[in-house]
Amino acid sequence: MENLVSIISEHPIFNGLEHRYLDLLVGCASNIRFDAGDSLFREGEDATKCYLIRNGDVSLSIHHPPKGFMTIQTIGAGEIIGWSWLFPPYRWHYDARAIQLTRAIALDGTCLRRKCDENHDFGYELMKRFAVLLEQRMQAMRLQLLDVYAEA
Amino acid sequence: MMKIAPGQIDVLVRVLSDKGYTTIAPTVREGAIVYDEVHAASDLPVGFGDEQSSSSYRLSQSESREMFGFAVGPQSFKKFLFPPRWKILSAIRNDGSIEFDSGSTPSGESAEKFAFIGIRPCELQALRIQDKVFLGGAYQDIQYKQRREKIFVVAVQCGKPASTCFCASLNSGPRAESGFDLALTEVIDGDGHYFVVEIGSDSGRSVMEGLDCREASEAEVEKAHRVTETAARAMKRNVDTEGLKELLYANADHPEWEAVAKRCLTCANCTMVCPTCFCTTVEDTTDLAGANAERWRVWDSCFTAEFSYIHGGSIRATPRARYRQWLTHKFASWVDQFGTFGCVGCGRCITWCPAGIDPTEELRILRGTAQAVSTKE
Amino acid sequence: MKPDPFRIQHVWKETKDTFSVELTDLQPRRPFLFCPGQFNMVYVYGVGEIPISISGDPSDSRHVIHTTRAVGVVTKALQTLRRGDVVGIRGPFGSPWPVAEAEGSDVVIVAGGIGLAPLRPVLYRIIERREKYGSVVLLYGARTPADILFRKELERLRSRLDIDVHVTVDRALVQWRGNVGVVSAMIARGGFDPQSTVAMLCGPEIMMRFSVAELTKKGISDDSIYVSLERNMKCGCGLCGHCQLQKYFICKDGPVFPYVNVSNAMAIREL
Repeated sequence: MENLVSIISEHPIFNGLEHRYLDLLVGCASNIRFDAGDSLFREGEDATKCYLIRNGDVSLSIHHPPKGFMTIQTIGAGEIIGWSWLFPPYRWHYDARAIQLTRAIALDGTCLRRKCDENHDFGYELMKRFAVLLEQRMQAMRLQLLDVYAEA
Repeated sequence: MMKIAPGQIDVLVRVLSDKGYTTIAPTVREGAIVYDEVHAASDLPVGFGDEQSSSSYRLSQSESREMFGFAVGPQSFKKFLFPPRWKILSAIRNDGSIEFDSGSTPSGESAEKFAFIGIRPCELQALRIQDKVFLGGAYQDIQYKQRREKIFVVAVQCGKPASTCFCASLNSGPRAESGFDLALTEVIDGDGHYFVVEIGSDSGRSVMEGLDCREASEAEVEKAHRVTETAARAMKRNVDTEGLKELLYANADHPEWEAVAKRCLTCANCTMVCPTCFCTTVEDTTDLAGANAERWRVWDSCFTAEFSYIHGGSIRATPRARYRQWLTHKFASWVDQFGTFGCVGCGRCITWCPAGIDPTEELRILRGTAQAVSTKE
Repeated sequence: MKPDPFRIQHVWKETKDTFSVELTDLQPRRPFLFCPGQFNMVYVYGVGEIPISISGDPSDSRHVIHTTRAVGVVTKALQTLRRGDVVGIRGPFGSPWPVAEAEGSDVVIVAGGIGLAPLRPVLYRIIERREKYGSVVLLYGARTPADILFRKELERLRSRLDIDVHVTVDRALVQWRGNVGVVSAMIARGGFDPQSTVAMLCGPEIMMRFSVAELTKKGISDDSIYVSLERNMKCGCGLCGHCQLQKYFICKDGPVFPYVNVSNAMAIREL
């Protein structure tokens, strides 16, 4: 348990989180590892977890009919993958696959949602941190959308 | 200072012509006073005066024998030193290579020799400014340099500013203290008509030897000074130069840029008549056989849509951005680039703007001290 | 200014819309010397003249390499030329990257798209004197894997153990096993000491703006960041007025600028 607590508290997104909240988090956490090529989740599946990547790389991709599967983002160490567990209908919109050996902490979404309902202060702390993550992702995504290298 | 009778102006023109100069002076063409080659004093706009205001230019004629009783017209002398179209390169394909030839010979002997009669103090300042632009950098404009080195300057100190003139507030007139070979002040009143001449160089002195002249009396010199003093006091427009550069840099988002853009046609008249604007573009052409190619340097304007084009679009796509560029360059960036303002207060941009935009008014608005003055006069 | 005639030795495609030309001086009175970051005005007979970054090894004074996209009349015409054809060259013009000033520091190079071309000479210089620099990190972003410029060289650079090379693309088919995402996001990975780093950036302006923000977040000061800017040029030598950005002439005060000098100007729209 202690080991998980220190691992989670070291993750950039949970930096500075109060100890009592860390304990709540840990109750929903488990250590997990993916070999190269393993699937974390697939589009359409129930979104039950989010993953704190400790090391390794995960690709997010989506099936784009004439072109095939397109990778839209690579997520690496120190980042989080998956927030569809936060929002109904709690379903994945993308495929996620480990590109190389990847170690992560899996946080169970149902467990987290229940604890947020029970303890709103904890819920607020969590939402604040996920909002930062979402904002960063959106900024980067907009830049990708602009297609800045395209021929004029 | 010397004194000459008005008849000596004709002698002056001939002396210069004998020395091999192409003599350029004001002359009347199609309802405006322009600069062109003259062969006698009778080519000058004797008895002509001008009425200039925002978007308006009118000549008037009287029986007076006054030769320089007007301010500046639509052209400046830059069209001779820095022609609107000039071949800067010819390229001939031969022997598996290209032979390049620039438009100028290294020694400059092919460059035309100009004498300018009637160049105003504001235009002398413009000349100083263009010297900095074309000769002051790591790369010089050879065509400008070669013509510039040969010119003979007969300046005329101003006595009758137009309502659009504002050289006094920019310290570029109405009196020039230097930069000329000869400077004339025309004195014409009940007592007579003569010119007081200041000699500014050895070439000027040598030309004076061909004229019938004598030392001017104290009273005559006094009258000459009063001509320009009166002119300075008569100026209707001015620019407050205090902290102007910083003001413009700090106001890139001032709402006035949007307001003036609504009126501006981006016709580029202001840049064409301006004596200091120097932007050019190049035109590359080739003959049908492809054996001879040429490159021409052509006057350009930052007001055109393509001026700032780079792959895919223009940086300054809107008239707002372009007007801001021009005015900010003239009164701010120019100071950092060349050490002076780019404007000499000649007022041409006010007279020749078809939309009635007045940069002196725009600067006042940007400073926040605009008065409720009608722009129509 | 008269151009000098240069002969084309090779023309080759780099990516779908980018190509390089290698030139030699037809009348070599002196070796062609340039500093990383400089450009030449390249004249295609009868068509026109444009600025192109010099992208080759500065130590090679015989062969001058330019890399450019084929997007306009002149570049498209240049791309059709072949070995033996002659072009006109004026230059080199412009301010260089701070290669010497960066000695003793870590170096971060952030390039996007064709922006890698004017930065490649920096890499040549660094490799030549690798011991003079600390950590060297190269971050490169392209549109798709097929658009990665100088791909083989990047792979070779990466296989050196003393340069950190990270390549990312905006989008890719799933066969691409490399990074997908914006190049500026890779800055957070670090690998350099922000207190002692010189950063050199070249690419679309918006990519440079975002990258500066990330570098600043990492603790690198504005005066250690250099950007290469681009504007319309007709003369390349400060006389035609086209390339002005506020008080700067991109052709002679730039194209390389310390970011601290141009940050205000870059923030004003349509300047």
